[in-house]
Parts: sequence; C-alpha cells; structure tokens
Amino acid sequence: MWFAPTFSLLHGYFFMVSSAQGIQSDAKNRSEVDRKLDRSFIWTTRIFAFAIAITLLWIGIQVGIQAIPAFKEFGFGFLFTTEWSPNPPRVSLGILPSIYGTLASSFIGLLIAVPIGIGTAILLSESILPVSLRTILVFLVELLAAIPSVVYGLWGIFVLIPFLGNIGKWLSEYLGWLPIFSVPQSGSINGPGLLPAGIILAIMTLPIITAISRDALASVPRSLREAAYGLGCTRWETLLRVIIPAAFSGIVSAVMLALGRAIGETMAVTMLIGNSNRISPSLFAPSNTIASLLANQFPEASGLQVSALMYAAFVLFILTLVVNILAELIVMRVKRL
Amino acid sequence: MFYFRSVANKSRLASIFSVLALSLALAACGGGEGTDNAGEDTPGATDVAANTKLALASDTTLNGAGASFPKLLYQRWFKDITNANDKLQVDYLSVGSGAGIKRFIANEVDFGASDVAMKDEEIAKVDRGVLLLPMTGGSVVFAYNLPGIEGLKLPRAVYTDIFLGKITKWNDAKIAAANPGVDLPDQKISVIHRSDGSGTTAVFTQHLSAISPDWKNGPGDGKTISWPTGIGAKGNEGVTAQIGQTAGSIGYVEYGYAKSQNLSTATLENKEGEFVAPSDESASKALGGIELPENLRAFVTDPEGKESYPIVTYTWILAYKKYDDPEKAKAMEATIEYGLTEGQKISTKLGFVPLPESVVEKVAAAADTISPDYDITVK
Repeated sequence: MWFAPTFSLLHGYFFMVSSAQGIQSDAKNRSEVDRKLDRSFIWTTRIFAFAIAITLLWIGIQVGIQAIPAFKEFGFGFLFTTEWSPNPPRVSLGILPSIYGTLASSFIGLLIAVPIGIGTAILLSESILPVSLRTILVFLVELLAAIPSVVYGLWGIFVLIPFLGNIGKWLSEYLGWLPIFSVPQSGSINGPGLLPAGIILAIMTLPIITAISRDALASVPRSLREAAYGLGCTRWETLLRVIIPAAFSGIVSAVMLALGRAIGETMAVTMLIGNSNRISPSLFAPSNTIASLLANQFPEASGLQVSALMYAAFVLFILTLVVNILAELIVMRVKRL
Repeated sequence: MFYFRSVANKSRLASIFSVLALSLALAACGGGEGTDNAGEDTPGATDVAANTKLALASDTTLNGAGASFPKLLYQRWFKDITNANDKLQVDYLSVGSGAGIKRFIANEVDFGASDVAMKDEEIAKVDRGVLLLPMTGGSVVFAYNLPGIEGLKLPRAVYTDIFLGKITKWNDAKIAAANPGVDLPDQKISVIHRSDGSGTTAVFTQHLSAISPDWKNGPGDGKTISWPTGIGAKGNEGVTAQIGQTAGSIGYVEYGYAKSQNLSTATLENKEGEFVAPSDESASKALGGIELPENLRAFVTDPEGKESYPIVTYTWILAYKKYDDPEKAKAMEATIEYGLTEGQKISTKLGFVPLPESVVEKVAAAADTISPDYDITVK
C-alpha cells in the first residue's frame, strides 16, 4: 500500500474514510521515497494548475496584442457599430449586432434550460423515482452532452426550424403585435434565426446544468435533510428552504458553466442563427454571434480585418469574464444571507 | 467531392446530400485544414499515360494552397498528375483565396490559387515575381426555391433590387413583367448569402457593383460585405442546403453546386439585354469575349456579347517566376501543361468552364518562362 497516501489525494473523501486505518499505519513508517513521491505529486498538481492559469493569461494577452491595431482604428466605437464591411475604401467594422445576438441567444437558451435543468436535477437527486429508472435518466441526460454540435446544427436545420416555422406562423398571426413575435424585416419565420439558435443552446446546455446541479443537490448532507423532516417540514419545504439553498452555489456554477458554453458555442449556432448583422427585436429574425462571426470571417480575413476579429475575440473574452465575476458575486451574496 | 456522388434527380436526395456536404464542410472548418485526398470520388477517373516528357532527377513535391472554388477540379488534376509521374507529388489545400495569397506571399507554398486576381501591392511583395495563370473559369448562378417554377427570368434591375431588399415579394410587378404567364406566389423572398468570406461573393458583388450604382455606393463589393438583407449560410454547400430547405428563397452559388444539386437557376439579363440561362456554353462565350491583357489579369464584371452569361470569372493559379530548385520549376510547368491540356477536358464534367483556346495559348506562353528545361506544348 505504498501508494495509498498519494492515491487518497486523488480519490478524495470516500477513499480516505474507507482506508483511514491503512493510511495511519502507513504514515508511521513512511520511507523517504514515499515522502518524495508525495512532494513531487503536490508539485506536479501545482504546476498543472498554474499552467492553466498561465495559458489563459497568455491567450488573453496574445489576443489583446493582436487586437491593438483595430482598437487604435475603431476605439470603443467598434462595440456600437452595426456594420461589418471590411472593403476599402469604406472600411467599417463593428460588432454590436454580434454582441446582441450572443447575449440574446444565450439568454433564450438559459431561460429554457435553467428551469428544465434544475427540475430534472431535483427529480434525479431526490428519491422520487426508483433507482433503476433514475440511473437510466441520468445516463440519457449525460448522453446529450456527447452529441457533437454539428449534429445539433443539422437536427436544427431539418427538424427544429420546420417545426418552429409552424408555431411561429401561428404566433406571428395572433401575437404579431408584440415586437418579439413580429415578422422580421429580412429572413423568414420558417428560417434560421435567434429562436432556433436559442433552443439548440438550451438543449446543449441542459446536460451541464442537470449534471452539476444534481451533484450539488446530492452532496447536501443527509443530516440537513433529516433535520428538516425531523422539525416537521414537508418535502416541499425541505426542498425549497433547505436543500436548494444549501446547494445554491453549485447550481449557480452549473448555470454559469452553461452560460459559458452558450456564449462560446460556434458550430450549431452558426448553422441556425442566420448570420446576419442586424438587430431586430423579433425572435424569428436572423442574427449573429461573436463566435460565429469569428468562425465565418477568419479564413478569408486579412490585414485590419484580422485585427478586428481579434478585437471581437477579446470582447468575447471580457464578456465571459464579466459573466463569471457576476456569478461569483451572486454566490457570495447568497452565502452571506 | 461530395456533390458528384449525389447527382440524383430527386431533390429530396439532393438535399440530404447537400446537408452531408454541409456537415462535412463545417466539421472541416472546426478541425482546421487537412490535406483533402484529391477527388477520389470523381467519376470516370482516367489513367493518364505516364508522362515521359517530364524527367525529374529526384522526388519532387509541389505544395499549393488557395481558393476553394476550383477545389474539385484541382484535386482531380493533381491526383491524375501525381499518378502519372512516379517522382512528382502535387498537393493542394483549399484554404480559401485570401489565405492562399497570404501563404504564397510568405513563400510557404510552391504555388497559390485564387478566385480574385492578386492586387498590384500584393504582387510587389513577392521578390521572385508572380505569374497569374488563369486555369479555368466558372460562373455564379442565382438558385431559387419556388416549386413548379423553372427558368425564372430576372432582369438586371430586379436581381439587384432583390439583394438590396427593395423587392421583397415574389409576385412583385417587376418580376411578373419579366415572366408573363408564370404564376408567381404571394410569398416573401428570403435572400440567402454567404456568411463566410469568399471569392464567390467577391465575383458576385463585383458584378452587382458594375451594373448598379446603388449597389456600388451601398453595400459595395468584396469577399465579405455588409448585406442589406437576408440570411447568411456558410460555404456553397451551406447556401445550397439553405435554399433547398427554405421555400421562397433565392441565393447565389457556383454553377457546379447548383447543377449537381438540381437547383432551379434563374435566367439572367446580360449587358445586351438578352436573357441567358447559365450553362457551360454561355459562360464560355462570356469568357471568350474578354481580351486578356499581358499580365493575364482581367476582371470580368459585366461581359459583352449576346449569348454571354453575365456573372463569370476566371480562377488563377499563382506561380513564382523563378524557382530555386530547377526540378520544381520543371514540375510546375508540367503541372500547368497538364491543366491546360488534359485538365480542360475534365473541367466541363465537373461544372467548370474550359478556357477559350486563345487564353490557353497565352497562359502556356506565360508559364513556359518558369523553367528553361521544359517546353509546354498545348497542341
């Protein structure tokens, strides 16, 4: 059992408990080799952890440096310009529609995915269903995460868009006076747009939200649950007042990871959003995201356009950073309550 | 290479294949560029008799990169020529015209390829000198999805206005006037354009700029422009799939794609006011009417001639004037020679436009200057 101490670090809590006896007896006669192994393990993990941070920083700095020419040329106006026209003599580059599309499609995605995801997580962590059925459901949800995004995109084009077209026609007929259901200026109700992209993002982020929230809910100590029941709480009260608040930080990080995925998703969104640099209040209108702008424009870009794309990438970077900081703030706030 | 497998008459099947193509194309752009193994699926691959003329002293590899527009044709050519010569290997990466020019200027490849001829300032960056060699032609067509309506006629003012977003309904009086007796639906026109930067877009928008001051002063021309209306789809495959999927849509694609997917294509009004359907002959007529200058660079934005199809282009191979390795120079010449002779016979099959004979001779003469040890004969 010479590897037990090292191994226990990896395997965490459960292994520790079950082999506590073994570790103790090992600890007494640990050889120099053991200790060296431990130390080198700790250093290795440290290096790995720092490597991630450095890589991230490095990417950020590189993207930032390459964005400087575009920043000098366009300044902050880049964020508020709606045109993407890199052809001299009238060069005008801006990413306002892409920023809008990125946020709007992610928002639609999360609006759908968060309630469903958390609901599923609760169902899968509580003893509502028999274990065998739960196992199958967990497996199926996790399988959603394994589907390549191109497949989601294709499914979106051939199944989702025609399906949404029918609903969209009905919605625009009866609720067309609401700007979000109005018939867009360009594009069509039965074509690509914000809504199909948002729904695909919902499906793609669902497994992330469900899996992480379920883990968070399941790791709420049994004692809390039992104490709540012991005080006479109903299952409903236990769930809402005890378990969900206890697992809240886990759920928020699930949602934030999902948001990160939604903001950065490229392939499926490019196939479904319609890649059009216009801002329209309608859900059916084609839009664009920063990620798909990058994917579309990089291969043939040259000169200032490359720099402008780097600038856009940098904005995406910052956007994600802001979202994550906000999430941390929410978690801290709730923890204090 | 996908679409040749799918020359099927059923549009349903065609749309499935176009999706396949779309998915492959999209998957490919996720994974960066890979060496596409030259057109193995192309039909009727002929075994070219071993070229005894090209006697290479050592194994030689030519690496090319550039336009995706002639990808199918080039891959087929380079595969044939590699098979025919033991010591010669020609590889081609379709990375896009812009990237092709970039790599060519940076001396990362032995030849480049572009749908848009290099600009003077780009040529000036290459110390070894540049030869622009038109190798094939192509045309850009309007493909549309209006079940039951074939051979829709579009006057020049109308197709410009559709893409400017000024004509928004299929039963617009201007469209109806050009198509008497056709039952045009009261349906919104969904315009579909390329979302990625592309030579096809450049050719298309150059044409629109040439015929319409509104377009020239509005969206302008380039590989990617700010579209006044419409939905963007990635690649010719993406646009093709989107058109197949959306009733009432119209978009522009390379002729080859529309042909292989059996999309309905519009008959366009040319400079002389005649309506011309896209075909090999009409595109060839259009290219034939252009007198190529000494540097073989010509922008065919609005060709003359009654039978000319209006939106055509040459596509160029970019070669250096000098190669340090004489073997490479010889190989380059042999490759060009093959393209100008055997290659031209294949191009029609793959939906490209063969070069007019006068052009073949000019290109041969220009390419013959690369190596003193090899003579290009095109007859």
